[in-house]
This record gives sequence, C-alpha cells and structure tokens, in this order.
Amino acid sequence: MVTVKDVEHIAKLARLEFSEEEKQKFTHQLNRILEYVEKLNQLDTATVEPLSHVIDLQNRMRDDVVRPGLTAEEALMNAPAKTDKFFKVPKTVKGEEGG
Amino acid sequence: MTKTFGRIKADLRSGAASCESITMEYLGSAESGRRYNAFLSLFAEKAVARAREIDRKLKAGTAGPLAGMVVAVKDVISLKGERVTCGSKILEDFVAPYDATVIERLIAADAVIIGKTNMDEFAMGSSTENSAFGRTKLPQDEDRVPGGSSGGSAVAVKAGMCTTALGTDTGGSIRQPASFTGVVGLKPTYGRVSRYGLVAFASSFDQIGPFALTARDAATVLRVIAGRDERDATSADVPVPDYEKALTGDVRGVTIGIPKEYYGEALDPAIRAGVEKGIEALKAGGAKVREVSLPHTDYTIAAYYILATAEASSNLARYDGARYGYRAKDVRDLTEMYTRSRSEGFGAEVKRRIMLGTYVLSAGYYDAYYRKGQKVRRLIQNDFLEAFKSVDCLVTPTSPSTAFKAGEKIDDPLQMYLSDIYTTSANLAGIPGISIPCGADKQGLPIGLQILGKHFDEATILRVADFLETCNM
Repeated sequence: MVTVKDVEHIAKLARLEFSEEEKQKFTHQLNRILEYVEKLNQLDTATVEPLSHVIDLQNRMRDDVVRPGLTAEEALMNAPAKTDKFFKVPKTVKGEEGG
Repeated sequence: MTKTFGRIKADLRSGAASCESITMEYLGSAESGRRYNAFLSLFAEKAVARAREIDRKLKAGTAGPLAGMVVAVKDVISLKGERVTCGSKILEDFVAPYDATVIERLIAADAVIIGKTNMDEFAMGSSTENSAFGRTKLPQDEDRVPGGSSGGSAVAVKAGMCTTALGTDTGGSIRQPASFTGVVGLKPTYGRVSRYGLVAFASSFDQIGPFALTARDAATVLRVIAGRDERDATSADVPVPDYEKALTGDVRGVTIGIPKEYYGEALDPAIRAGVEKGIEALKAGGAKVREVSLPHTDYTIAAYYILATAEASSNLARYDGARYGYRAKDVRDLTEMYTRSRSEGFGAEVKRRIMLGTYVLSAGYYDAYYRKGQKVRRLIQNDFLEAFKSVDCLVTPTSPSTAFKAGEKIDDPLQMYLSDIYTTSANLAGIPGISIPCGADKQGLPIGLQILGKHFDEATILRVADFLETCNM
C-alpha cells in the first residue's frame, strides 16, 4: 500500500509537486495500478534471465574523429534564459548577496 | 481526397494531377477538417513550394521514389526549424534544431511533409485526449476518440489530409488508432527504423512506423525509412528487402497461428466475428491456420506499465527548465526551478507515469518491480519465439473494443491501460505488428485485425495484410 507520505517522497525524487487533492487522487490511482501489477508475483521467475534488450545487438565502435555537431547558437536557440554563450539559471551556491 | 499512392502515381503519369495539385487538395481537406484537430501545425506554403520543386523533377525525370506522396508526421519527430511539441505544454515553443533520420530519408525520396499531427502528451495515452492542445476527434463520430497516442496521424490519413503519416508505437500507439479510425498502421520490428530525432518516451519500446490506406503504401514508406543509421546505436544492421515485391496477392503456404489467449471473454463479440471472418478468408486463400498458445499474455499489461513508466521517468528527467522547454516564472533556486517547471509543464497522465516509474525504480522496490518486469518480459518474448517455431505469423484482434466515447476512460487510468491489451506484447517482444481494417460493428465503427510477425519479417505480415485487403471484408 502506498500512502500519501510515500507519494510525497516519490514526488520529491521526481521533482514534482502536487496539491493535497492531487496527492489523494494519485495515492488512490497508484494503489490501483500497483494492485494490478501484483499479478506478476504469481509467476516464478527465480531462474529467468531479465530481458533488457529485445534484439541481438553488439556494441559497434567507430573511429574517434571530430565531426560537426550543433553550433553553440543552435544549442542555445531553445534556452529559456541565456547569457553570452551560456545557459542562464538561478544562483546555485548560497553566499553573500551578489557574491 | 483518399487516394492510394499507386493511384496518385498513375495520375501523375497521365497528367491528371501534379504534385502541386495533390498537395493543394490535401491542404484543402486539412482546412475543411480543422474541427477534428488532427494537426498541430500545417506547412501550407512550404509544402506547395516543395511540391512545385518535385513537379520540376518529375518533368526532368529525376524525381525520387516518393514523388507525389504527401506525408503528415506525429509531433514527436523532429523536423528542422519547426516546433516539436510532443503534445505538451513543456515543449510548446521548442523548435527542432535538426531533422530526424526518418525525415531526412522521406525528403531525400521526394515526399512532401504537410504538417505535424496531434498526440497524447509524450505519446502517453490511448485516445489522443491527453494533448495539451485539445483532443483529436474521430471523423466517423466526433464524440468518440480516434485512439492514441498517434490519433492525429491516423485521422489525417482517414480524412484524406495526406497520403500516409508517421506515428510511433510504444505499446500500441500506431496499431490501436489505425484500428479505431479504419486505416492501416504498421509497427516495425524494434531496431528496424532509426529513432534519431524521435523524442524518447520508453527507449527499449519506441518505434516509428507508417499509417496508410493500404498495406502496399505502408510497405513503400517502410522501405524508405528502414535500415541502419549510425546515429542510432539500436538501429539494426539487417538488410531491408523490397517489401512491395513480397506482396504476392496470395497466402498459399503461409502458416498462421491463432493465439487462443487473445480471444477471451474481454473481447467484444462484433470484433471476434470480424476477425474470424478474416481468418476464414485466409483459410479460403490457402493459408494453414492453427491454434497456438502465448501462456503469459495475461501478464503483458502489468509488465509493460512497470517497464515503460520506469524508462519514461528516466527519459523525462531531462525536462528541467534549464536548457530548453518551459521554465516557471520567478523561481528562487534550482530545485524550485526544476520542480515548478515540471509541475506546471507536464499534464496529469505524464505525471502519473513519471510517479509510477520513479516508484518502481526507487530504493527497495527495484527488484520487486523493475527486475521482475524484465524477467516477465523474457517469458513473454519466449512465448512468441516458441510460437514462431511452428507458424509464420499470428492473427489477433488489434483492440478489445471499437472507438470509445471521449471522457469514458480518462479518469480511470487502469481501464485506459487495458485498452492496449492486445498490442503491448509486440513491444515487449520487439516483434513487428500491423493493424488493418476488418469490417465494422453495428454502429459502423471500424474493427481492426492485427497480424504479428517474426523479428525483422515485416514482409510476411505485409503480404498477409495485402491479401486480406483483396478479400473485401
């Protein structure tokens, strides 16, 4: 059973926030979904190898040569805030005002 | 205008139409069908200019294999210089800085791209109701949904707004809307088509594929977009056959499996009758039909929603308001910027899946859910590999119901998830699947028949689909 407190914890991990009403609704919906997926425990999978990739693929190496990519302007074209050739975000280090 | 590509090519040859006149006709249909909300953007001027250029190439005899084909693209695939919103407020103003590989290949083959189509936000949904830009309506009954998440692409093809369209299929998002709207929808084998330039939802499931009026047109598009791409490390280095050559018009010598688990009680009787009619037609055409079992079918939705949401929670971590996308106003520090940008930018279903995915990956639950899901994924793939030892392909219904009413399932996520009950298995196993129209129910709503094939054997399912189209069901 997932509680409202669990939902608050997961929300924090996922960097999401919810109103009290939304938390109640999510708790209820998550519990219904988790109850449903419980059915997987009917299967004995002790000796089953997990499948993380569905087709046979091998790592393919390529030569380490410089090739054109996005220019700084292209990489910045969708930036919500920028300064010069950099993304601009709120101050991350606590310190003196203006420091 | 609902014309197959074969018909368009004939009209181009006889001079009855030009690429420009065809493009104008589609633009007219898109305009008059605006109320369906199939498109999020239309490139009217660009498309016409491009069509004129292709007309010149046709005259000079230098046109590519898709000259005359007008394509709509789901708004989750990047087209340089145009917005790619993924149906989300968080990417409302995002402009793609480069072309997806599939777009490059379509353009190189002289297709005209007409616009970008509506979808469930980040391809999460089965009804195209979860779009930040309003729901897409089913042309046959506007109170109903066209399926999802590629509902806009399906409607664009059905309503004659393009010749073919691209969609993406993570758990059924091409096949189920194809079924609801009454068109052909093909999900290729995982790795068959490059995902470069596709905005990721669940990377081990996502695959791009075509919507079309016929299996032949789907085959034509697949041949152009398929094949190894060095920019997508998961694209497979497997030769791409000439799919149109595989369309022999017959099914003699083909062995078809009927997985009994797909014909259980949940299935609408009208759909059962429709699909059984298709099976009879296959028998009459000389195919061998035998019952097979996929014993882990009942566990597919559970495994799918654990694994796909886990991958989604990880993929969608990139929307942090820092480098692109929506940023909340007046934030004081980084954590607040992340949290408020995400909370204000994402819709309810996306948040729900991020929450579920974060939960199943979180400390203490990883083994119980995520790892368990991966193990069950193996069992589900093994079911298919076992079945394909004795049959060439499988025939099933695409969806347990025909198009449902808008609003009917939107407040009950689990019911919505269960509408993917016959489609998620192909994504879990990585195999190709196609949905083709197969009659209608009492209300005239289309029924979809699904054909599932072996890894990289799109040719066989296209051949069977093409044959069934000639049976006049």
